[in-house]
Amino acid sequence: MSAVSTNAPKITWPAQLPGHRLTFDADQPLRLDSGAELGPFTIAYQTHGTLNAERSNAILVCHALTGDQYVIGQHPVTGKPGWWQFMVGPGKPIDTDRYFVISSNVLGGCLGTTGPKDVNPATGRPYGTSFPVITIADMVRAQKLLIDHLGIEKLFCVTGGSMGAMQVLQWAASYPERVFAAVPIAGAARHSAQNIAFHEVGRQAIMADPDWCEGDYLVESKIPRRGLAVARMAAHITYLSETALHRKFGRNLQNRQKVTYGFDADFEVESYLRHQGSTFVDRFDANSYLYITRAMDYFDLAVEFGGALPNAFRGSKVRYCLISFTGDWLFPTSESRAIVHALNAVAANVSFVEIKSDKGHDAFLLDEPEFAKTLNGFLNGCAEHRGLTHR
Amino acid sequence: MNRMTTRRPSTPIRIDLQIIADMVKPGSRVLDIGCGDGALLDHLVHQKQVDGRGIELEQEGVNACVAHGLSVIHGDADEDLDDYPSDAFDYVILSRTLHNTRDPRWVLGELVRISQHAIVSFPNFGYWRVRWQLLLRGRMPMTALFDDPWHSSPNIHPCTILDFAVLCRDMGIKITRQISLTKTGQRIGPWMPQALSNLFAEQAVFLLSRGN
Repeated sequence: MSAVSTNAPKITWPAQLPGHRLTFDADQPLRLDSGAELGPFTIAYQTHGTLNAERSNAILVCHALTGDQYVIGQHPVTGKPGWWQFMVGPGKPIDTDRYFVISSNVLGGCLGTTGPKDVNPATGRPYGTSFPVITIADMVRAQKLLIDHLGIEKLFCVTGGSMGAMQVLQWAASYPERVFAAVPIAGAARHSAQNIAFHEVGRQAIMADPDWCEGDYLVESKIPRRGLAVARMAAHITYLSETALHRKFGRNLQNRQKVTYGFDADFEVESYLRHQGSTFVDRFDANSYLYITRAMDYFDLAVEFGGALPNAFRGSKVRYCLISFTGDWLFPTSESRAIVHALNAVAANVSFVEIKSDKGHDAFLLDEPEFAKTLNGFLNGCAEHRGLTHR
Repeated sequence: MNRMTTRRPSTPIRIDLQIIADMVKPGSRVLDIGCGDGALLDHLVHQKQVDGRGIELEQEGVNACVAHGLSVIHGDADEDLDDYPSDAFDYVILSRTLHNTRDPRWVLGELVRISQHAIVSFPNFGYWRVRWQLLLRGRMPMTALFDDPWHSSPNIHPCTILDFAVLCRDMGIKITRQISLTKTGQRIGPWMPQALSNLFAEQAVFLLSRGN
């Protein structure tokens, strides 16, 4: 396989993405943390299952950096199954026969919710880097508007992994009265220096690509494919573990008997990463990647609560369940434990489980039976307290 | 930290756990430290409608608890108790765990800080069978409740009923109730002198509260 090609066809986004859209007009702008206002804007979302008469069985699923609202079913762009097929569906822990599951594309995203690739009505051109910088709290503000629109007074549960976990924590801290249970998975209350550093590498790769055109690549009919692919390759390594990489690839050579004394993809692991990079480019917008990684970098929940994380949860009636994975070095168990300490400091109702897995950060996306059992049990316990019956 | 695994609400629980459960007022806030697989916590939540939490050191126990809908965290009595604010609970339970901790005195102090009442149970090292084995056989005792050989025992701080009572007195902790149990689970009458309870009781449950 050659290095990522520069002359591949332009990304063709489906003209009409499946799912629902909620649009707010220019006279109802979203006030952002940066002080900027965004309007008009659209929230693209999917729902599964049925909202009960009491409107008490809704679960909001928050997606990670490169995820989207298509948690189950065939993805409209990639054709692959949704990112949380192991966890969501009939008979799964997030049981669509029992719960009403809502998932929306985050603000700044590229699958229907307003983001930098959309046209700024004020200029008639794609926002590009003139899109306002957004934060995790801004994403959650937009989601709350959606939940208001759906007439849901209190979400039964908010859950998500990685950046999804950041949104879960923000939800519980900002709107505790609107959340019954919160399940942040493989997350952190603030983005670590190491993680900011990894993101910076990714952003620099994108911005160093001449096809990025200072962010105006859509106007120039170009796509910074190489830069975005390199960003994805670097990030992908952080989602795995040394053990998982070694088990999968070792030092195996790619379709050859010996090394070629060149810079072609001699090793399987190189070929795999190049593939990950090039397929990512076909489904994700480079500027969205810049904005969303920035939102994660800025996340530090304690800051808006006087620098003390326990204050974020003080007086909270929310039932928390934190889940981490032993092999996750991007959002290690110590990050979840720090949140548990803060929750204990205010005697909040908290469960905390560390799942044994050597699959790295990505474990939360994979079929890990112990993980599924934990989430299932926690949700069942909460459903009992919430008075939700089995259908 | 090795409790039974059955989990139907109607299932009877171990006798010492039942005694602990009987000491807890319905609807109160309870923290069970070293909650094992959650048998007692589950009983309290379902039979006494308590707002129950647990801490457990063994990951398997934590996962089992959470998978059964209990609020339990992976943690350590020796390290995590100082996270909690004072008076966070009405009852804090330390069942057959005190002798596994690194610093029982510190743990005991933390118990009565974070909770109005503390319920502590432990196997009695003053029990005659324990004394007998050491005295006559010259070997480290192994009984039903001290069932690990000396080299792999987690029981790093075993104590007798008298030792425990003295420590409570020294720390200014009030013993509100003491229930001493024989091997067959019979209660030893409170009329029996403490020195004899200390000889005949295989285990004991104490209800403690903060002194003045």
